[in-house]
Amino acid sequence: MIQIKDLHKSYHMGSNSLHVLKGINFNVKEGELVSIMGSSGSGKSTLLNILGMLDEADEGSYTLDNVPIKNLNEKIAARYRNEFLGFVFQSFNLINYKSALDNVALPLFYKGITRKERSEKAAHYLEKVGLAEWSHHLPSELSGGQKQRVAIARALASEPKVLLADEPTGALDTKTSYEVMDLIQGINDEGKTILVVTHEDDIAHMTKRIVNLKDGLIIDDSTVEQVRAQQYV
Amino acid sequence: MFNKDRWTEIIEALNANKVRTFLTAFGVFWGITILVLLLALTNGLRAGVTADFGNFATNSMFMWGQRSSISYKGLPKGRRLEYKVSDIEAIKAEIPELKYVSPRNSLGGYNGANNVTRNTKTGAFQIYGDYPEFIKQKPMDILEGRFLSYSDINAKRKVCVIGPDVVKGLYDKDEEVMGSYIKINGVNFLVVGTFKITNSQGDTEEEANTVFIPFTTFNQAFNYGDRVGWMAITAEDKTSITQVKERVFDIVKSRHNIAPADQRAIGHRDIAEQFQRINGLFDILSIVGYFVGALILMSGIIGISNIMLIVVKERTKEIGVRRALGATPWAIKGQILQESLILTILSGMVGISFSALVIWIMNSILDAGGPVENFSNPSVSMQVVFVALTILVISGVLAGLIPANSATKMKPVDALRIE
Repeated sequence: MIQIKDLHKSYHMGSNSLHVLKGINFNVKEGELVSIMGSSGSGKSTLLNILGMLDEADEGSYTLDNVPIKNLNEKIAARYRNEFLGFVFQSFNLINYKSALDNVALPLFYKGITRKERSEKAAHYLEKVGLAEWSHHLPSELSGGQKQRVAIARALASEPKVLLADEPTGALDTKTSYEVMDLIQGINDEGKTILVVTHEDDIAHMTKRIVNLKDGLIIDDSTVEQVRAQQYV
Repeated sequence: MFNKDRWTEIIEALNANKVRTFLTAFGVFWGITILVLLLALTNGLRAGVTADFGNFATNSMFMWGQRSSISYKGLPKGRRLEYKVSDIEAIKAEIPELKYVSPRNSLGGYNGANNVTRNTKTGAFQIYGDYPEFIKQKPMDILEGRFLSYSDINAKRKVCVIGPDVVKGLYDKDEEVMGSYIKINGVNFLVVGTFKITNSQGDTEEEANTVFIPFTTFNQAFNYGDRVGWMAITAEDKTSITQVKERVFDIVKSRHNIAPADQRAIGHRDIAEQFQRINGLFDILSIVGYFVGALILMSGIIGISNIMLIVVKERTKEIGVRRALGATPWAIKGQILQESLILTILSGMVGISFSALVIWIMNSILDAGGPVENFSNPSVSMQVVFVALTILVISGVLAGLIPANSATKMKPVDALRIE
């Protein structure tokens, strides 16, 4: 599903140049649940941003679902993001003046889907994350865990190939974190490819494979025995 | 582009901060209100001042005789220039661009001696000898009967058309006016019509005290021979009286042995010139109105631009999220542009409606309180409203351009990082 070869990325700040990714090679097959770990500054967020086409690599190749991702202009990048990817953020990033349902429907709006169909789909995914009753609430009326579920529903709504989650449990307490991980595991069980960036060991062990980053290089890439979050919920 | 979803998006965004939306809109509202009101007041002034011309045909002049100031062909200066009936025919024949050349004579005058009697009642009125076309130069409402006609002129009929104060002065209430006789300087005249001159300022009383009789009858009955007191001359619509008046003077001068260089022998009042001068003044006032209004409107528009910039800044993260979810830069730009456009147009519409209300109130106060000197009927034409709306649309887009560009300038990854 994802092939990355020799990926480099550096940031320039004035005369200083910070080499963040120093040649990443990395493949993800369909249906995998991968966690990317590393201390802050290891380049894990940069990697995720490049995977999410929010940022571009300086060197190296990136293929997503057999489509080479290079020389994107913003218009094509926007379309690819809409078609291929679903994002889950640490701080949820829901639009605060839209109801849960409208938030979930937003990627469908940019996809150009009719209003009626949008509402139906959004309602379906809200139900899937267990928030059907909350569909007309504003984000401010939801708890952190609920917000993240709405965000996951939103990421799923456009039926992406890959779900990218950047510290999805970073702003949640342990119990809620496990609930969210349970949801993510459930989605993965249905066959969705998911990448999770985290620095929490227990969260990482709830995925099937852990990629460890340090100073812009992969130092360890191993499959692990998945811990089901269900048992903690 | 403007489907229901867009509307919902925009209305949601504008609703998200009501106070700010209102304050922003107020700038444009105020600007357009002032623009429209300034133009309406200019129009009111224009209408008020031009009403002083009465509704006299404005492409006209009055021309009367004075004393010559240069001796000519052995004749001394200081001769009184007196027009003859034959001058009228000569002027008409030589200058076809003239629509009406009406000779006039008058008797009596404002606060003059009593000159009209009917049975036991008497009054001092202004008596004019006129041609039928005079009603076209000075429009008046015929209340009863008719105005003078050419058959009156040809037959030198002793008929008259009288004003409302003449009726009041000579008749009892409910007395039949039409068909009765009044005696002007001892000569009986049959009343064939009554008139009223509306829309005139200043001369209302004088005009109400007027009696019109046929010019030819006037000259015969009151022993004027073929003398003409003065003329009211109106040019065809496509020619300005100001352009042809010198030719009229030349004809009169050559017919009466007046030196061509004599400027004083002919007195005249060029209504077209006066009218144009005043109209020119108000054209300039209108331009000033547009200019000042547009400047005030511009500050309102800059306000919108400014607020939209802040909105974009505040919503940087939201914009980043939207882009992560697949919004193209144009979808974002379009939304910002439409927000600013809708804000501008809506507030502009409210401004136009508000100023229309103010104008309406002004008009009803004017109607209730009677005429005010030099001011009447403030109004703006639909044309002005369309111009204002066009300005609004253009400026709405302009106001949104900078914010829209800044909204998509930042890379989505940076936009998402902002807290």
